[in-house]
Amino acid sequence: MISIRAEHLYKNYGDVQALDDISFEVGKGELFGFIGPDGAGKTTLFRILTTLILMDKGQATVEGLDVVKDYRELRSILGYMPGRFSLYQDLTVEENLQFFASIFGTTIEENYELIRDIYVQIEPFKKRLAGKLSGGMKQKLALSCALIHKPVVLVLDEPTTGVDAVSRTEFWDMLKKLKTDGITIIVSTPYMDEAELCDRVALIQHGQIMKIARPDQIIEDYRKKLYAVKTNNTYQLIQDLKQFPGTNTAFPFGQSVHFTPIDDSFKINNLSAFLSQRSHQNINVQKIKPSVEDCFMELMAKESVNKRQES
Amino acid sequence: MVNRGPIIHVRNLVKKFDDFVANDNLSFDVNPGEIFGFLGANGAGKTTAIRILCGLSKPTSGEIKVAGFDAYNQVDSIKRNIGYMSQKFSLYEDLTVYENIRFYGGIYGIKYQEIKTLAEELIEKLGLTKYRNTLIESLPLGWKQKLAFSVAIFHKPKIVFLDEPTSGVDPITRRQFWEMIYEAAHNGITVFVTTHYMDEAEYCDRVSIMVDGRIEALDTPAELVRIYQTENINNVFIKIARNPDRMTVEK
Repeated sequence: MISIRAEHLYKNYGDVQALDDISFEVGKGELFGFIGPDGAGKTTLFRILTTLILMDKGQATVEGLDVVKDYRELRSILGYMPGRFSLYQDLTVEENLQFFASIFGTTIEENYELIRDIYVQIEPFKKRLAGKLSGGMKQKLALSCALIHKPVVLVLDEPTTGVDAVSRTEFWDMLKKLKTDGITIIVSTPYMDEAELCDRVALIQHGQIMKIARPDQIIEDYRKKLYAVKTNNTYQLIQDLKQFPGTNTAFPFGQSVHFTPIDDSFKINNLSAFLSQRSHQNINVQKIKPSVEDCFMELMAKESVNKRQES
Repeated sequence: MVNRGPIIHVRNLVKKFDDFVANDNLSFDVNPGEIFGFLGANGAGKTTAIRILCGLSKPTSGEIKVAGFDAYNQVDSIKRNIGYMSQKFSLYEDLTVYENIRFYGGIYGIKYQEIKTLAEELIEKLGLTKYRNTLIESLPLGWKQKLAFSVAIFHKPKIVFLDEPTSGVDPITRRQFWEMIYEAAHNGITVFVTTHYMDEAEYCDRVSIMVDGRIEALDTPAELVRIYQTENINNVFIKIARNPDRMTVEK
């Protein structure tokens, strides 16, 4: 069963092509992620799906409702959490929630069950002005407000951007719970590690979807050999890996540098010898499984090669 | 160099807003040329501390020296000796690439002839020659951030403060950005950086983790991972910051 369907969406802002032929489908009850950097087109796409702006070309439906023709009906079944905190800063926590409940013709009591787990965490502060909340609490209130009318589809635009690692983990736990209530969720994020928490993801860049798949499938499809290289001097290691004749890519990844060789005949020993010649110590080279971020970067590189060939 | 001790020296820093204690007795040193990661939960008090270190806010009490200058009565000297960039504010959108460089160079009192030479060098190094006269607003975010960093260290400050510099930047640019950070540190500039990307914390020489206005942990990433018996800094962070005592208020 399809919940969201987008077909060949295009959107320009002047010369900037924000969406460049976007098509995808999201199943009912699916937790679907749009993963990509700022400027990839995530917000534009979400604004079209939530009937806030119009596309230039293409069409989209949510729960069978057309985002252009049926916008009134559609709005009543959508929950939307915009990227920028857009609650009323000068209303209290409770007043904000009441306000959102009443414009959708419901009450807090009626749908309390749905938001209970999230709202109890901020309820002790219900008399506090929304503008005076910390980042993590604002995020919880915004999610409560987006849910209070019991939406069929929840649209979350970068809910975890700028949020610390602990609050991010808590937020994803909340989404997992909501999924069990059967709500379809689409969520965007620039944090590649969050891809693994989605059922399926679209990797998006420059207004185009580079790939749609389950996170484990994305990792499976990675064809290159990938190695984690560690020595006692990371800065020097990056420089030296660039000098190594067999290097395709070398990018710092946390504690190590991720390295892909130009060809498959690559031998770990050759690299180790090269590095020890350049006076590295504690050299450790290991073949590893890629993360979604490795895959994203690989796809980015492919795209830019394609672009260069076209032009 | 006369200054052979720490480049940032903080002892018992306290900052109160009325009866709210934003920074609760912070003590730490940052060494010259070090990349120091300043981590913490939202509302833990990082921004307050950074504002004090940059000379933008007065501490309530404690001993704070930045680049050898006192945070109470030598804030002008502090400002001249540091650079600053954040994701939220970096460059003037309605000025061109060249105009931004000229503007910042001018503010820091570099002579016009010198600015001109250095600016052309920088533009070439960043591969922006074609975009020299392009307005910042029409550049991709990644380029902007790289330029913003270069501008923040254009006057060769002793310390550069980076407040979530890579937020929202694509993964390849994020790495190129960190290579620039490494290079700056290599050239002797001390880097004081905040981030929510925990893999970036691993690139730092040392990191501190703030919770509830206090520094709960401070060491090299490898040592923290060892002490807290986890796989990586992300899990160290979650272990330390999971249960804050206070629900802090956004300033």
